[in-house]
Amino acid sequence: MIKLKTFPGGVHPPDRKSLSVHKQIEPAVIPNVIVCPMSQHIGAPCQPRVKEGDKVKAGQLIGQADSFVSAPVHAPISGTIKAVCLAPHPIGKPVMAVTIESDGLDAWDDAIQEDLYYSRLEPKDILNRVRNAGIVGLGGAAFPTAVKLSPPKGKRIDTVILNGVECEPYLTADHRIMLEEPEKIIAGLRLIMKVLNVDRAFIGIESNKPDAIESMSKVAKGESGIYVQGLKLKYPQGAEKQLIKAILGREVPPPPCLPLDVGVVVQNAGTCLAVYEAVRDNKPLVERVVTVTGSAINDPKNLRVRLGTSFSDLIAQCGNTNGSVGKVIMGGPMMGIAQHRLDVPVIKGTSGILVLNRKEAAKQESRACIRCGQCIRACPMNLLPNLLGIYCEKGRWEDAEKLHIFDCMECGSCSYICPASRQMVHLIKLGKQEILSIQKKREAKS
Amino acid sequence: MNEEQESTGELILSCGPHISTITNIPKVMYGVILALIPATFTGIYLFGWSALKVVVISMLVAVLTEGVIQWILGRQMSMWDGSAALTGLLLALNLPPRSPWWMVLVGAVFAIIIGKQIYGGLGHNPFNPALVARVVLVVSWPVQMTRWIAPLDGVSTATPLGILKSDGIAKLGGIRLFDLFIGKTGGCIGEVSALALLIGFLFLLWKGYVTWHIPVAYMGTVCVFTGVFWLVNPQRYANPAFHLLAGGLVLGACFMATDYVTSPITVKGKIIFGIGCGIITGVIRILGSYPEGVSFSILLMNAAAPLIDQYTRPKRYGRLKKHA
Ligand code: SF4
Ligand code: SF4
Repeated sequence: MIKLKTFPGGVHPPDRKSLSVHKQIEPAVIPNVIVCPMSQHIGAPCQPRVKEGDKVKAGQLIGQADSFVSAPVHAPISGTIKAVCLAPHPIGKPVMAVTIESDGLDAWDDAIQEDLYYSRLEPKDILNRVRNAGIVGLGGAAFPTAVKLSPPKGKRIDTVILNGVECEPYLTADHRIMLEEPEKIIAGLRLIMKVLNVDRAFIGIESNKPDAIESMSKVAKGESGIYVQGLKLKYPQGAEKQLIKAILGREVPPPPCLPLDVGVVVQNAGTCLAVYEAVRDNKPLVERVVTVTGSAINDPKNLRVRLGTSFSDLIAQCGNTNGSVGKVIMGGPMMGIAQHRLDVPVIKGTSGILVLNRKEAAKQESRACIRCGQCIRACPMNLLPNLLGIYCEKGRWEDAEKLHIFDCMECGSCSYICPASRQMVHLIKLGKQEILSIQKKREAKS
Repeated sequence: MNEEQESTGELILSCGPHISTITNIPKVMYGVILALIPATFTGIYLFGWSALKVVVISMLVAVLTEGVIQWILGRQMSMWDGSAALTGLLLALNLPPRSPWWMVLVGAVFAIIIGKQIYGGLGHNPFNPALVARVVLVVSWPVQMTRWIAPLDGVSTATPLGILKSDGIAKLGGIRLFDLFIGKTGGCIGEVSALALLIGFLFLLWKGYVTWHIPVAYMGTVCVFTGVFWLVNPQRYANPAFHLLAGGLVLGACFMATDYVTSPITVKGKIIFGIGCGIITGVIRILGSYPEGVSFSILLMNAAAPLIDQYTRPKRYGRLKKHA
């Protein structure tokens, strides 16, 4: 076997994937009502293009993206528009959303059909289909894929990395699609390579998914320039910068630099699959695979879900919860977002729904830092999380800035490992907001 | 984004990560105590009941003092987290076996109050509390603090380093390195058996509670430092193996200098710290008037730790841009 690679730093949380990893992807029940937030991505929110009473078909545009960094939203089901108004959102405040009541037909828009000649498409046509399909990074960050595939002039991209790491514990959605649809993923990767005019790609998969390494290798063997790279098991290897470091040894310089500054574009496995479907079938991003799992879920599953389905519907389809539910998290346990209500919809970035019981969710009392240095050894960004935490706690914003607080990607390795249960990520997030608002005030004055 | 940790109805809200390691402060502290058990039992075996008495008094008084102070000051109560017990144990291991009970008591109270709580408790103290107390005792009661007994038979004796300092190397003839290694010499309760200490230290390394950097840098520097003198004049200076095994070097390097709170936090810093301790120990042992210098060296380097931290920050990620 080829030598496994990895990056410096990081932690080893128990992966808990066995709960759902052997469950084949099943289609989730199409709900009667679906709520589509106009903001499901990083960038400007969409403008609703429908009004109450309109009839829509699945795949029809309902939210238009007017700026470059944005992604349009499409109707995940056919039916009637019930409302266009503010609705709860799994990330933060309520946002403008379109509510669709199903007509039970699941009728698709006529434009959505297989293009037998898709492989002859020019790069710019592929890119257009990706943009119009509203595809964003499905790993969780939800950055518009078309933007990533349009590097500014003068930046030379030489490598595409397909992110099959799925380093968050519990989540198995990417793992499943790599087992079940490797051909489509690699076809999507080819399309991305074509857009970027790149002839080399690596597929990074961690050693806890030997079957995925096998299935992807089998397909990649027949492709020139596509290589599967096994990786040691370590969190957060799926973070772009860490994955690039692990596979290519290149370090992405501090912000505002991006992976493309070192000649690399990283795409998640699910995103590649979505790109393939968008380009071949003209199918917009209206469904995704979501892992519903956790100790408090009776029957964990990997579900193919129409966007806009509520969390509670999916939890009901997984045998409901047992015992006392402590926390419901969108995403994985390291970077996921705790929810306070279950009527929020699945959005493009929902990789999983994790339900922890009360005991697991109970927080330890945090204590003073004992300077054990564990967080520093764990921080993949070479930061001093202990000091960042202390500075943010005490409001020493300038000191925090000097320690490059904005290099922090909030991966949570530091808080995870801390024996004093210090909540560095929480403090750092507060600190970043505070510093940004101070900067804004300063700018406003001058 | 900025959810405070709170409970709305059923669901707990808090910022990620939502899971954490099972390692916590008590685990680490009791882990170190466990690692000191071989050395403690060796000391008790060699020096008898009086040694056991010192250990018990020191640990008990330290824990009680911690609890009382926290209660009076209204601080988070954490007397059972193992840190006070560890301070008490480390102090005991650094005392002569026949230390009078009142001296042990004063030392333990001192370690907790002046060594630790005065600065705000665990995590805030600049100096190793057990060493602060030990140095205060050495200065206050020099006679009691240098009353040594021979292992197993209990007759008064001197420590190997003491013999070396006062009588010169010729008198050392009778001391075999192997006896130093297993602990058949006079000295503090916990310092005599390098073997027992190293067993405990290996356990800590295996658990990942400490790293090797400080002990290796420290002991390595002492070896090099004393080795140079020995090579120049073996008639006058003891060899590095003797220096390594005699006195409190192994105890100090493996268990005192590695204290999280009072040593530098980065790897580079730890190595500088260890080298600094080694040089000061060498200077005191060879050139100074005290026979032993481990406590002073560690305390001096504790004072330098914040400065070392300042200058050994990790390199910013991606600063050295390499583009193939
Ligand atoms: S400081 Fe930021 S980047 Fe570093 S470990 Fe903590 S959360 Fe991750
Ligand atoms: S892991 Fe926690 S206790 Fe250890 S240095 Fe970091 S903040 Fe301090």
